Amino acid sequence: MSKIYYSKTHEYAKVDGNVAVIGISDYAQHALGNVVFVDMPEQGEDVTAGEDFGAVESVKAASDLIAPVSGAVLESNEVLLDNPRLVNQSPLADGWIIKVEMTDPAELDNLMDEAAYAEFCKQESH
Amino acid sequence: MNRKLYSKLIFELSRPGRRAYSLPRTDVPETAAALPDVLLRGSEPALPEVDEPSLVRHYVNMSTNNFGVDNGFYPLGSCTMKYNPKINEEMAAHPAMAGLHPYQPAETAQGALEAYFTLQQLLAEIGGMSEFTLNPFAGAHGELTGLMVIRAYHESRGDTKRTKVIVPDSAHGTNPASAAVAGLKVVEVKSHPDGTIDIDALRPLLTDEVAAVMMTNPNTTGIFEHGIPEIARMVHEAGALLYYDGANLNPLLGVARPGDMGFDVMHINLHKTFSTPHGGGGPGSGPVGVRKGLEQFLPSPRVVRRPDGTFALDAPNTALGSVSATLGNFSVQLRALSYILSLGNEGLKLAGPLATLNANYIKESLRNLYKLPIDRVCKHEFVFDGLADKSTGVTTLHVAKRLLDHGFHAPTIYFPLLFHESLMIEPTETESLETLDEFIAVMREIAREAAEEPEKVINAPHHTPVRHPDDTQAALEPKVKYSDLTAK
Amino acid sequence: MQHRYFPHTEADIKAMLQRCGVGSLDDLYADVPEELRFHGDYQVPSQMSEKEVRDFFDGLGRRNKQLVCFAGAGYYDHYAPSVINTILSRSEFLTAYTPYQPEISQGTLQYIFEYQTMMCEMTGMDVSNASMYDGTTATAEAMLMCVAAARKRNRVLVSSTLNPAVRRVIETYAHYHGVVIDEIPNHGGVASRDALADMLAKGDVAGVIASTPNFYGILEDLSGWADLCHQAKALFVIHTVPADLAVIKTPGEWGADIAVGDGQSLGMPLSYGGPYLGFICCTKALMRKLPGRIVGATTDDAGQRTFVLTLQAREQHIRRDKATSNICSNQGLMALYAAVYMATLGPKGLREVAEKGYHGAHYLADRLQATGKMRLAFPEDPFLNEFVMHCDFDIDEFIARCVAAGILPGVKIAPDRMLIAVTEMQSRSQMDELVKIVESM
Repeated sequence: MSKIYYSKTHEYAKVDGNVAVIGISDYAQHALGNVVFVDMPEQGEDVTAGEDFGAVESVKAASDLIAPVSGAVLESNEVLLDNPRLVNQSPLADGWIIKVEMTDPAELDNLMDEAAYAEFCKQESH
Repeated sequence: MNRKLYSKLIFELSRPGRRAYSLPRTDVPETAAALPDVLLRGSEPALPEVDEPSLVRHYVNMSTNNFGVDNGFYPLGSCTMKYNPKINEEMAAHPAMAGLHPYQPAETAQGALEAYFTLQQLLAEIGGMSEFTLNPFAGAHGELTGLMVIRAYHESRGDTKRTKVIVPDSAHGTNPASAAVAGLKVVEVKSHPDGTIDIDALRPLLTDEVAAVMMTNPNTTGIFEHGIPEIARMVHEAGALLYYDGANLNPLLGVARPGDMGFDVMHINLHKTFSTPHGGGGPGSGPVGVRKGLEQFLPSPRVVRRPDGTFALDAPNTALGSVSATLGNFSVQLRALSYILSLGNEGLKLAGPLATLNANYIKESLRNLYKLPIDRVCKHEFVFDGLADKSTGVTTLHVAKRLLDHGFHAPTIYFPLLFHESLMIEPTETESLETLDEFIAVMREIAREAAEEPEKVINAPHHTPVRHPDDTQAALEPKVKYSDLTAK
Repeated sequence: MQHRYFPHTEADIKAMLQRCGVGSLDDLYADVPEELRFHGDYQVPSQMSEKEVRDFFDGLGRRNKQLVCFAGAGYYDHYAPSVINTILSRSEFLTAYTPYQPEISQGTLQYIFEYQTMMCEMTGMDVSNASMYDGTTATAEAMLMCVAAARKRNRVLVSSTLNPAVRRVIETYAHYHGVVIDEIPNHGGVASRDALADMLAKGDVAGVIASTPNFYGILEDLSGWADLCHQAKALFVIHTVPADLAVIKTPGEWGADIAVGDGQSLGMPLSYGGPYLGFICCTKALMRKLPGRIVGATTDDAGQRTFVLTLQAREQHIRRDKATSNICSNQGLMALYAAVYMATLGPKGLREVAEKGYHGAHYLADRLQATGKMRLAFPEDPFLNEFVMHCDFDIDEFIARCVAAGILPGVKIAPDRMLIAVTEMQSRSQMDELVKIVESM
């Protein structure tokens, strides 16, 4: 059973055991518009919570991807290299970006759950 | 223009056997020695083979799909699209200058060296600085060079912990990008709602790790940073240097000099303030000036005047090193020299005030229909935050595109980032009252359309050679050369 | 005061000030603190008429000396066909800004697309940007690309045969950007592949910069370099002279990831140092790491082929301090220059230019050697149109005699060495005259 957490910079971490699947939220893909490229780390690289690990680009904007948790990259979603639009079409499923083996699951405590994030987005849009 | 005939790419005009060139006869015997095969390319490059008449028509017709300052009003904020005098072009291509090799002995290039030295001195006078290098190739290159000068200065004092540069959040994107290339970390300082630097926010940022503070004055909202004397004092007390981004120097011609304001290092965009043509994006020129005491940190090579009045090309091993192999974009420098001499002291002193007058005239004429977030006397440019009436669905982008239908270039849009719907207008001093009045009339008409028939504005442009290019497609599957179009 | 560049009459100014609710031009600057106001006169001459400006430049011109040019060292004297200046003088090209509004900038965008295509053809690479300032800064940008792509490695190996002027500029960038440069030694004017292999073995190298033709005019055999670099996960950069690529093996064929250099050899006026053109081309894999503007093709809503600036999210105006580079403009008009030059010459013309340089240079080198007072410094190495001569006489005195005869004999690169270049521009009689001066030494 996986649980989903969100950061204030609109990345999510879908957690199952020690593995987190990281992507950007539906709210974020909406705000960014048509995604044309995703810059992501390769398998084996380390990401650190609060630091950028790549970027999502639309035609005239780019947004850094900030890691919600720390860990080693198990897999990056290479399908996005050919079809970055998946980030728009299915941010929480097919449009995921990296899978990370977490080094410090306690970092999840700094993130929001689904309800808190929904409330956070409401605040943001005002 | 006959689109069927003349909208092709040059590669589509190519037919084997055609040629547009002629070369002098070879009058030496051909050498028998041949280059080894491993050093030769495998196949001929697929360059076009065209005749001269077709080639000329191709490019001349292509040019008619373009819009330059000579075509019409170009109120592109922060770009200073002023008229480019024609005498400058002739002087830049002067036959006694164009053939000089950059490494020919200084004794054989005294006129060229004197031109460089003279312009350097004129810029120092206008900027209130001690000395300039003209070597940097463009504004962004000047910024980078200026920041290197600053780093070289700190290094010379053994002060190696100064690795930060403070940049206002209203700054041009080049400022933080240049700082990053120069190995400096960028710290943003907030602006007041009127776009000027928040001095109280700046104060705590001025630690002993700060190498420099970069400022544009007037800033990108067209407002003069009146707090500059205090800012300069604070920055210098903190041991940092104050950098002047010369992108907006034009309105200060005849009014104030960066050197007198306490700036230590500055760059000038010759293609803005000194009227050298933008050429579709270059070549520019970004001279860098320094106050007294910093001259030794300027890059090599330098032009020096010997006691006997002749000029030498000096390539000392300066602290900074070189940012160019040569003296920079020399013929661009000649254009600026020609322009400064043409304007003279009297013309220079009038250029700034007239640019400012033109900007305020447009601002005051449209303030009821467009949202004016900063209601003050502006300098050479000002920013509207879109239409005053936000209920129509017409955005700044739509207004910009509708202007194209009326034969005007669009203003700068969505910059500065301080406002959501920024529409940044800079008319320059070379526009007549009649041009400004017609632009104002069109802007009023667009505001009326936005209220009464918004679709007309939203779907603009209607009369340009192409309409609504698909940017997303271009970025998703980049096609960046002819063979990308013909593949598959 | 009325000036020819300012349309404002006294009446205009008065009416406009009134609209602004301001009493005088001076009052527009009431917010500038009085202590900062500049009230005096600039130490700048009084305004000049066109005739006076022309006389001034003619006066400067008379203090220059026009010389038959055997100097190269990266910048070559080639013939510029007349069509180029006619086309570059079109106001629509000359006085436009960066093509931010594609609807009214198709001229600029299309010529950049044509330029990009031609540079890819010449270099054998997949992608070209819209141009850089010059060859030195383009090479510095290539170095920064290597370091950015490698993320954690910051060491770049540079061939000792790279043009020292380029080397000086990239060292400046390296110093401030925190890049470590190590030099690949050369044997007899050719960079050592064995040394390269050793230097790569440590595994901490982000990129390797080779040069062919190199500073000495030598065409280097770079066989195996790409494999060595790629095994060590380093990017392979080749610095080259584009005009020569009409005949010599391309960076693409050598397996380079990035090709850079100065486009001046594509017929650009020497103009005492600029403007020239930097070019940078790369593989498709590196496209999004490329600095500067890139033009792409798409369609408009009527289905017409349309050109736009693309991949803009890499650039400074969006990415600010995270941009691939701080470059903002490009060398716009000089990209048009290069495109029109290459279109005019075509593949055959460019080959002819290279061949004329080749035959001329070999003729001159032979004649100079025959004097017994000069000899080829690297007699075993192949060259196209530029070579190094070891001189048995005082070079400064030699240059002075040549200049007196209206000849620039080359560039002095060491106390006893001259670098000499030949293009289609120098006639046999001019070469023979140069030989005669050598004989007199």
